[in-house]
Amino acid sequence: MSLDIVLPVIWFGVIGFGVLMYVLLDGFVLGLGILAPFAEDEHQLDHMMNTAAPIWDGNETWLVLGGAGLLAAFPKAYALILSALYLPVLLMLIALIFRGVAFEFRFKATRAKRFWGAAFALGSIFAAFAQGVILGALVEGMPLQGGKYLGGAFGWFSPFSMLTGIAVVFGYALLGSCWLILKTEGATQKTARTLTRPLVLVVVAFMGLVSAWLPFLDSRIMARWFEGGNFWWLSPVPLLVLVNAFALWRAAMREGRDTAPFVLTLCFFVLGFAGLVLGIWPNIVPPALSIWEAASPPSSQGFVLVGLVVLLPAILGYTYWSYSVFKGKVATDSGYH
Amino acid sequence: MDGLVLSPLLLSRIQFGFVISFHILFPAFTIGLAHWLAFLEWRWLRTRDAMWRDLYMFWVKIFAISFGMGVVSGIVMSFQFGTNWAVLSERAGSILGPLLSYEVLTAFFLEASFLGVMLFGWKKVSPRMHFLATCLVALGTLFSTFWILSANSWMQTPQGYTIVNGMFEPASWWRIVFNPSFPYRLAHMVLAAFITTCFVIGGVSAWYLRRGVHVGPGKRMLKLAVAFAAIAVPLQILAGDLHGLNVGKHQPVKLAAIEGHWHDEEPGKGMPLVVFALPNQKAERNDYEIAIPRLGSVVLTHSWDGTVQPLTAVPADERPPVAPVFWAFRVMVGLGVLMLLLTLASLWAWWRGWLFESKVLLQGWRLLSPAGFIALLSGWYVVEIGRQPYVIYGLLRTSDAVSPNIAAAAVLASLITYALAYAIIFGAGIWYLLKLIRRGPLPHEPAPEPGGGDKTAARPLSVGGDESDAGNRNATAESAP
Repeated sequence: MSLDIVLPVIWFGVIGFGVLMYVLLDGFVLGLGILAPFAEDEHQLDHMMNTAAPIWDGNETWLVLGGAGLLAAFPKAYALILSALYLPVLLMLIALIFRGVAFEFRFKATRAKRFWGAAFALGSIFAAFAQGVILGALVEGMPLQGGKYLGGAFGWFSPFSMLTGIAVVFGYALLGSCWLILKTEGATQKTARTLTRPLVLVVVAFMGLVSAWLPFLDSRIMARWFEGGNFWWLSPVPLLVLVNAFALWRAAMREGRDTAPFVLTLCFFVLGFAGLVLGIWPNIVPPALSIWEAASPPSSQGFVLVGLVVLLPAILGYTYWSYSVFKGKVATDSGYH
Repeated sequence: MDGLVLSPLLLSRIQFGFVISFHILFPAFTIGLAHWLAFLEWRWLRTRDAMWRDLYMFWVKIFAISFGMGVVSGIVMSFQFGTNWAVLSERAGSILGPLLSYEVLTAFFLEASFLGVMLFGWKKVSPRMHFLATCLVALGTLFSTFWILSANSWMQTPQGYTIVNGMFEPASWWRIVFNPSFPYRLAHMVLAAFITTCFVIGGVSAWYLRRGVHVGPGKRMLKLAVAFAAIAVPLQILAGDLHGLNVGKHQPVKLAAIEGHWHDEEPGKGMPLVVFALPNQKAERNDYEIAIPRLGSVVLTHSWDGTVQPLTAVPADERPPVAPVFWAFRVMVGLGVLMLLLTLASLWAWWRGWLFESKVLLQGWRLLSPAGFIALLSGWYVVEIGRQPYVIYGLLRTSDAVSPNIAAAAVLASLITYALAYAIIFGAGIWYLLKLIRRGPLPHEPAPEPGGGDKTAARPLSVGGDESDAGNRNATAESAP
């Protein structure tokens, strides 16, 4: 097989991996913000934010990698998706700005502390919602004619994209609550445990809704799931989701097992993500722009891939190390010192 | 520009100029600050003189805020190319995308991961490991500068590409990365970032000395600022001169705009240096010009009667707006000259032993503390407006690069949203920075905290009356391995 066939496939995987890393890692940080309104007081919100303060920046960097990687490997898709989804992307960026600076400003503020707490919460909620809308609009597909998007400024607005938008908010909230079970003790952990079970129910319901809706969006997705015996070897995916949900439901309230809920939620997301990607493949912009049509030349994709092979293991290594520096429970009263 | 019609193009240009102008200030400041922090921590580890540690803890908080603002405004940049400049992204993504990807891979992850350790890991890792984290963050800022300036320079002086069906495709990555204007721009920018930070440090110290507070740290920092400026400012003038010659070679129209040079001179008379003028784009001349004969030739061609290509050598629609380029350049050079004079005077005063007593010099440092930022922005405008009407010089016009399918109303909405959001974010950020600076470096400065809990003393801005608490914490910090 020649490079211009293979490289786009590899890059589809790389970008998928980057986006998944982002969703998992920033997902739980955004989840903290989404759960912020449930914090009993400012102290508890301090505690919640402290669990992510040293690492949120690195987590967000995966989004930048997704953006830059998409520009490098699939410039056509980058140009198309971002300009077509102009308003949801704007909402996401503005929300991420407020969420991000809230980490710095909230702890420096005296009078405006509540304001930055609200900025943290609203920023996280809107960023998550916007990401869900972007995801939904992409999965739903972007009608093109002569390489130009036909949808207009509000082409992304649909019942399906609203559904995925809300689903992602709840999904991230679940990641956040399980992260808090892992990283805190006492009152904060208790709050998180109480929130986790209802969130599991809501998230499973949303996953069911989205999955049920998907095949009707597009005959292509329907075909992928139900034709040629595909259903039989794909059916473990929804089954695994249910088993996973059940395990998570049980683990959520079990004292002393603080790691299991977070790990199970990560699995949850990986499965859901796989299900969605399955619907997109081999397009980068459904329904018609394939990864090969959108790809940059092999000299571009190859050039970055060389760096990626060398640098990605290093990045994963020191990211792991920086997490391990801050491992263990985060105390309520003294932060890290 | 296309008149006063609020087209997606015009609005996108305003928006891009707006968000990048805000963004660039913070990376520039943090490039310098990261190295300053590495220096401070190195001195602390070497001498165990607590003042170095206190200074580190003071500046690292300023670094954290500035870095945070750089990060959030930078994310906007990485998506802006797609939202507003879809044609540029589609046509040149195969070249710009890999350069930006390398920036993320070599710099952003490095900075972000070790920043957490740098800020909150003071007692979690060994002092050597912490120092290494600081150094890696500093190194990350340089990697980032390298790649982003390579990308920018390639758009100014493109080479190493082929055009296939209107798309730019890489032919030689070596020639793309090391394009002709890149080394000069990189040197000029890194020095600019260092000098910007240096003048903030000097200005803050001078302000403390004038008020008679934080005298010990103030004196130490001012001396370092003067010494650093004495090396960096002359180097920058040299780098700027070389960069200018490079512009003349590769972007002659930009150079002509910088000089306000409309027409050829008579042979043998050389070129004047226009000091003051109101460039008149329509009439193709300068109004109210004040010029020094032959000096232009000396500066630009390093000869008595050399000339460069005038603006009228190219058609009117190939020329950038001359006045902003002309004036931004003069602001930059003017500030550069002021910074040089202040540095020289301070060196003299230091040598004679009255640097810290001279009200004039201290006031000068205080007043010039934002000089680096203003000079840097001005220089940036020269570069970016001077390359117009092209976004990829000579190859792709800005007017052809804008997203074809975005509505003017959507761009107007985004522009207003960014303006409001940035006013809040940067207003608050600068307010918190000034608050930190006003408080100054305290003895037994506590390490920054992510916020937590009751021990408000650890929060830089809520320090108030519980310094004893901070002192206690410091004692435990000192005894920690």
